[in-house]
Amino acid sequence: MTATARPLPPITPEMAPFWEAARRHELVVQRCRGCGERRFPARDLCNRCLAREADWVPVSGRGTVFSFVVMHQVYHPGFADSVPYAVVVVELEEGARMLSNLVECPVGDVRIDMPVEVVFEQLTPEVTLPKFRPRSRPGS
Amino acid sequence: MAGHPLRGATAIVGLGITPQGRVYGRTPLGFAVDAIQLALEDAGLGRSDLDGLLLNPGLAWNDLGMGSFQLQQAMGLRDLHLSATMHLGGASACATIQHAAQAIAAGVCHTVACVFSDAPLKPPAPHGERTSSASAYGFARGWEQAYGFFGVNAMYALVARRHMHRYGTTQDHLGAVAVAQRRWANRNPQAQLHAEALTLDDYRRSRWIVEPLHLFDCCLVSNGGLAVIVTGSERARNLRKAPVYIWGMGQGHLGGDPADTLTSGAVLAREPAFRMAGVRVTDLDLAELYDCYTFTVIVSLEDYGFCAKGEGGPFVAEQVTGPGGRLAINTGGGQLSSFYMWGMTPVSEAVIQVRGEGGERQVPKHDLALVSGNGGVFSTHSTLVLSPHVS
Repeated sequence: MTATARPLPPITPEMAPFWEAARRHELVVQRCRGCGERRFPARDLCNRCLAREADWVPVSGRGTVFSFVVMHQVYHPGFADSVPYAVVVVELEEGARMLSNLVECPVGDVRIDMPVEVVFEQLTPEVTLPKFRPRSRPGS
Repeated sequence: MAGHPLRGATAIVGLGITPQGRVYGRTPLGFAVDAIQLALEDAGLGRSDLDGLLLNPGLAWNDLGMGSFQLQQAMGLRDLHLSATMHLGGASACATIQHAAQAIAAGVCHTVACVFSDAPLKPPAPHGERTSSASAYGFARGWEQAYGFFGVNAMYALVARRHMHRYGTTQDHLGAVAVAQRRWANRNPQAQLHAEALTLDDYRRSRWIVEPLHLFDCCLVSNGGLAVIVTGSERARNLRKAPVYIWGMGQGHLGGDPADTLTSGAVLAREPAFRMAGVRVTDLDLAELYDCYTFTVIVSLEDYGFCAKGEGGPFVAEQVTGPGGRLAINTGGGQLSSFYMWGMTPVSEAVIQVRGEGGERQVPKHDLALVSGNGGVFSTHSTLVLSPHVS
């Protein structure tokens, strides 16, 4: 346990459905009603077709690492005991990309294109963070 | 083919650089006033000669609304025909100069001050408490902080990692940029890291900030101000310093995700700038490329066509961009080793080189200089081509 609590994500109205789904251990992204593109995080306007309407839809939680960094500097005391840790951008099978953490994997082993799957980490009764862990083979 | 009407129509005639780095006791507005006064003095002009003011406010200006108006009031400027506060991140400086030059060429004003200033560094705290610039540039965007994702360093690092994956760019390629620029800074007495040598081994041993970025991959953070004065070519001829003529100007703002394109807006900005100037990349004698990170230099070299796309790493590893190399890049040490005034750092060094005022670091041939600005994580871009010759 860290001495100082980590920052919690602000539950904004536009992102509330994402956090509600995460509490149910379900991963959702927005799907544009105009062109069907899956996107994350929430936007009130599709920058491809300019449609205003979108639905939150479940996704598989499977994807691959699109890019990653390893954070070494402590920008918030809540992460003081965690550095170095990996922040990854996961490209979901459905297309949207999601910034997250990779768990159950030493930072030195993170690779681009690595298959990953979602796991859920409960921080408080209100907040559960979707994170990702390595997946043994594509599609498993 | 007739030349472009704006080629050589305007010139930079004054350069003002305040003390840079850990300089305290001035507000960002105060640094801006100082820089403009220094630039006017350099040009042999007074404040009543100005009829235009374009401000690029740094982080510490915060949300001060109508910044250029605040600055006008602070230094008692009267009867301006042009005033704007512009923010394209690191692309702002070249863009302010472009807007000034266009307004002058259009006849709506005649002499414009373009200025950047910032004061993100705080004085050392008493009792030995550690102060850091991390808080100034280490901001988080809402929910991303829950994953420990903070700051601009990490945003660039995500793109750098993709470039390394796709093109085989290596850590030592990044390090080669840092070493070459430090060698330039060692020849620049004004550089913050003038006295400190840097070898590739030093680079490899330096601490990580955000992998794949070491400490020496990241720009300095500086307090200070920097201004240039732009005027028409006729007026420019009769001033104190030799004019630095503006031959080409361009902007390129790609939109989309830089992690997909792995390019800067230079791919869009270079064509109008080179066309206006009537030059090709092979004509350029030196380039002052925006260098918030070593990686930015590698991408910019590729996107301006100094080398093929993806070859920026091997290109810099040949050590051609340092002192004595065949392509002079970031000859003052850049933002990595000299000082961090956003887009004004490369602008100022280009003015110094084109004038032939570079002292120990002066490049022998300086008839054509390229300047680039880049902001918003490869999202905004601006280009200038400068020359000591009017045509």
